[in-house]
Amino acid sequence: LAKMSGGGSTLLGYIGIDTIIEQMRKKTMKAGFDFNIMVVGNSGLGKSTLVNTLFKSQVSRRSAGWARDEKIPKTIEIKAVSHVLEEGGVKMKLTVVDTPGFGDQINNDNCWEPISKYINEQYEKFLKEEVNITRKKRIPDTRVHCCIYFITPTGHSLRSLDIEFMKRLSHSVNIIPVIAKSDTMTIEERLEFKQRVRKELEMGGIEVYPQKEFDEDMEDKSDNDKIREAMPFAVVGSDKEYQVNGKRVLGRKTAWGIVEVENPNHCEFAQLRDFLIRSHLQDLKEVTHNIHYETYRAKRLNENGGLHPITCNDTQESNL
Amino acid sequence: IVCVCVCVFIYFQQRNLEGYVGFANLPNQVYRKSVKRGFEFTLMVVGESGLGKSTLINSLFLTDLYSKDYPGPSQRIKKTVQVEQSKVLVKEGGVQLTLTIVDTPGFGDAVDNSNCWQPVINYIDSKCEDFLNAESRVNRRSMPDNRVHCCLYFIAPSGHGLKPLDIEFMKRLHDKVNVIPLIAKADTLTPEECQLFKKQIMKEIQEHKIKIYEFPDTEDADDNKLVRKIKEKMPLAVVGSNVVIEVNGKKVRGRQYPWGVAEVENGEHCDFTVLRNMLIRTHMQDLKDVTNNVHYENYRSRKLAAVTCNGVDTTKSKGQLTRSPLAQMEEERREHVMKMKKMEAEMEQVFEMKVKEKKQKLRDSEAELERRHEQMKRNLEAQYKELEEKKRVHEDEKANWEAQQRILEQQKLDASKTMEKNKKKGKIF
Repeated sequence: LAKMSGGGSTLLGYIGIDTIIEQMRKKTMKAGFDFNIMVVGNSGLGKSTLVNTLFKSQVSRRSAGWARDEKIPKTIEIKAVSHVLEEGGVKMKLTVVDTPGFGDQINNDNCWEPISKYINEQYEKFLKEEVNITRKKRIPDTRVHCCIYFITPTGHSLRSLDIEFMKRLSHSVNIIPVIAKSDTMTIEERLEFKQRVRKELEMGGIEVYPQKEFDEDMEDKSDNDKIREAMPFAVVGSDKEYQVNGKRVLGRKTAWGIVEVENPNHCEFAQLRDFLIRSHLQDLKEVTHNIHYETYRAKRLNENGGLHPITCNDTQESNL
Repeated sequence: IVCVCVCVFIYFQQRNLEGYVGFANLPNQVYRKSVKRGFEFTLMVVGESGLGKSTLINSLFLTDLYSKDYPGPSQRIKKTVQVEQSKVLVKEGGVQLTLTIVDTPGFGDAVDNSNCWQPVINYIDSKCEDFLNAESRVNRRSMPDNRVHCCLYFIAPSGHGLKPLDIEFMKRLHDKVNVIPLIAKADTLTPEECQLFKKQIMKEIQEHKIKIYEFPDTEDADDNKLVRKIKEKMPLAVVGSNVVIEVNGKKVRGRQYPWGVAEVENGEHCDFTVLRNMLIRTHMQDLKDVTNNVHYENYRSRKLAAVTCNGVDTTKSKGQLTRSPLAQMEEERREHVMKMKKMEAEMEQVFEMKVKEKKQKLRDSEAELERRHEQMKRNLEAQYKELEEKKRVHEDEKANWEAQQRILEQQKLDASKTMEKNKKKGKIF
């Protein structure tokens, strides 16, 4: 039975308001949705492998034809590759933005600038579409929803480059730090490292996703607190399968054992995947749209007296 | 030099000896002298922080050069590249090795790492310069050899190839010191990845014409086989650990993961044993020889050529090489005299201090004696007084007693007098 809020009177008979959820679902499934993920980190940290493992398909730049042993580029390049994935009738256009050359030079000053520029360019594109007089029904969303930052598993602490990058970009995009190639560390080393990384992030005032200030209610807060306690996730990526105890699992085979990617005792990949895809995917998009994009928009409209041709634009119809 | 002479002798006179002469004992004599002298070895480790350099050093030499109380340089955050030296004396089987480990914390850790190799180059050059100066002195009694004999360069296990920093560093240092590249934290890589990585690294090393340390070929066929095996495995992929874990009843050094134990000394897991054998057991002397004969000679000829070619010394040398021996002797004599004077002054100081101490001690004991004397005197006086008191008491008693006696006497006299009187009275009647 439906209940009207505010009015306080119960309806007699079934109206069917709750079917709106079903209608929304059908629409979403037909339309499909976009998700843009960016991976940042030194070369050789397993970024492409992790993205392939996350989405269980060959979606990284490497698989799209670039050679494995291509040379480290002299400057940072931004390469975006898109694929359409389908699961359970839901279509997703996944775009993986890779940043080869980040942190690989001898002098890495300002290596975050091309990345910052790219992110702002995507916001600019969206903004231009929005202020247009005749707008498309669905503005193509190329904004970066999530930036996964790969931390080198030194076992000691964050490197100056890591801190610099995250400080500068945590206010324009959702940053999720992960500890790459975590099969380098034993369990104790991993715990110590995570604690130290968390402390350094706190000391640097770096707010990674999920940001504390955007928790909407107590339920959100408790869920997100649990995640914040476990971050950064220590992950291992692999696209090869091996037989373990009669099951076929994704893993890495070393001379002393097989590292199982989806085994929570071995690494935290499963946690990352659940967090990223199964529970917070929509939230990532919403925070990007409602907060990061709005910040950019406000800044843009305040400088230079705004964009032409329209100066006021109150309604924010999101076409997500 | 002695060995060369022996070889020449044999060449010219291929005669069979008619009896046992005994110069076959020569190697033993050389050996005994060297053992008495002890050996020196300087090892430099270079690489980004967090690649396990300190752990590897501890594992190689089975000592805690870096421990929780004196943590390795990586644990201390540095803003610029430093070059730090630690010395340790290792004894085994009567042989003494003075091991110097030179570490380079801060290497490659900053955002801008341009010229981070410069402090390393400066260090190596300065040690060569010290040796050159010591060699050129007139009095060469003690010539400590602090030259860097071997530089272990740690490559991060990315699995892809060398980083621009790796290439730059090795290019600049391959003609100053023996460079041995190592793949650090090799338990990150699966065996296939490791093979690919090694091939890629060797390809890039050849491309950039980097001259890493080459293992010399020997005449011995067996040794050669060993050397070839090592060459195939270059660069060596190492894992370090000093934690002992039990595996199948055996105690091994390794790293414990939820999926297994990576054993440090297992040849199938990593190349640590190869590195250790090569570095310590078979090629330590060769590394020193190559440093002395190749790298040091290069440095020396470069340095001397710079001085003689221009007439003006473009490099910052102490100028000892351009003076005549007499002037040098004069300089050394002056140095020696100054040293003597300093020692004299020091000894005087020490002597004065000791004299003061002794005087103070004497004064103290004197005071002590005085004190005791005083105390004994007081004791004595107290006893004297006591005795006086007793005497007085005694005297009093005596006086009393005498008084009493007199009274008694008097009474007796009186009594006898009255009796006499009575008797007299009685007789008349």
